[in-house]
Amino acid sequence: MADPTKNKDRLPPEVRAEALESLLAERGLIKSEVLDGFINRMVNDVGPMNGAKVVAKAWVDEDYRAQLLADGTGAIKEMGFAGPQGEHIVVVENSDAVHNVVVCTLCSCYPWPVLGLPPEWYKDPAYRSRMVREPRTLLGEMGLDLDDGVEVRVWDSSAENRYLVLPQRPEGTESLAEDELAALVTRDAMVGVAKVSAG
Amino acid sequence: MAPDLDIEGPAAPPRLNGELVFDAPWEGRSFAMAMALVEGGHFTWDDFRDHLIAAVQRWESDPVGEYRYYERWQEALESIVEERAIASESEVDALAAAYQARPPGHDHGHDHDHDHDDHHHHH
Repeated sequence: MADPTKNKDRLPPEVRAEALESLLAERGLIKSEVLDGFINRMVNDVGPMNGAKVVAKAWVDEDYRAQLLADGTGAIKEMGFAGPQGEHIVVVENSDAVHNVVVCTLCSCYPWPVLGLPPEWYKDPAYRSRMVREPRTLLGEMGLDLDDGVEVRVWDSSAENRYLVLPQRPEGTESLAEDELAALVTRDAMVGVAKVSAG
Repeated sequence: MAPDLDIEGPAAPPRLNGELVFDAPWEGRSFAMAMALVEGGHFTWDDFRDHLIAAVQRWESDPVGEYRYYERWQEALESIVEERAIASESEVDALAAAYQARPPGHDHGHDHDHDHDDHHHHH
């Protein structure tokens, strides 16, 4: 284990990462071009647009919605979205009475296949502690004011469960097609720190 | 157990909400090293998560400077490769020190041609 007392004297992470990559490559455990491929995929191919498609489908297809709420991982995999950190996805549904919001208090657990890698604020110590302690206040600071009558449920993502919020379909979108609906769905809405607006 | 990430290609916005996935190239390298080692069966994501939680908690118990997530990630990666006897912290330290001592202007890319045989004796 790393010695915590040494943290202050640690060399900068960029040279440590470079050194570790050299050692691992030399030992035949990694290949530089394989790392390039992983990075490229996480940057370009995996992201909230995947989750947005799942949400839009659930909005227009009642059977799919039921399946998604019953077995998030399976229903998401059916859409072609699977991979690391996508094994135990639980979907929680917002309603007029309940607003769900997701946090990972211990680190940064997040459903990669549908949302990509988490944004900076999600990993921040303040978000991780305050969303549990004072969710309503923090949501307000993030621009989401909820009526007092709405129950706020905070879900702590973990190795066992990674949560995805199924936001409410905004009013005035009855005539929109599924792909048009998907374009309205934001990452923040699927974490539960925002609502979806009709555009 | 290759990750099935070959999903639909570049798609409609919003994708990143205006943010970069990685703020610096080394963050992506550190992330991808963990992914490669998981794929290679050297440890699982759950194993890695335990080390990440520990690294996050070490910082939070004695916060120094600004919290930077991928620094904790790199620390977790170093601790798990040490635990699994893949690479020791002293090896990483020594090679990182050699890189750090390079003259200014050196390209900090990730070519693997550096002669660092003097800095560790694994083989």
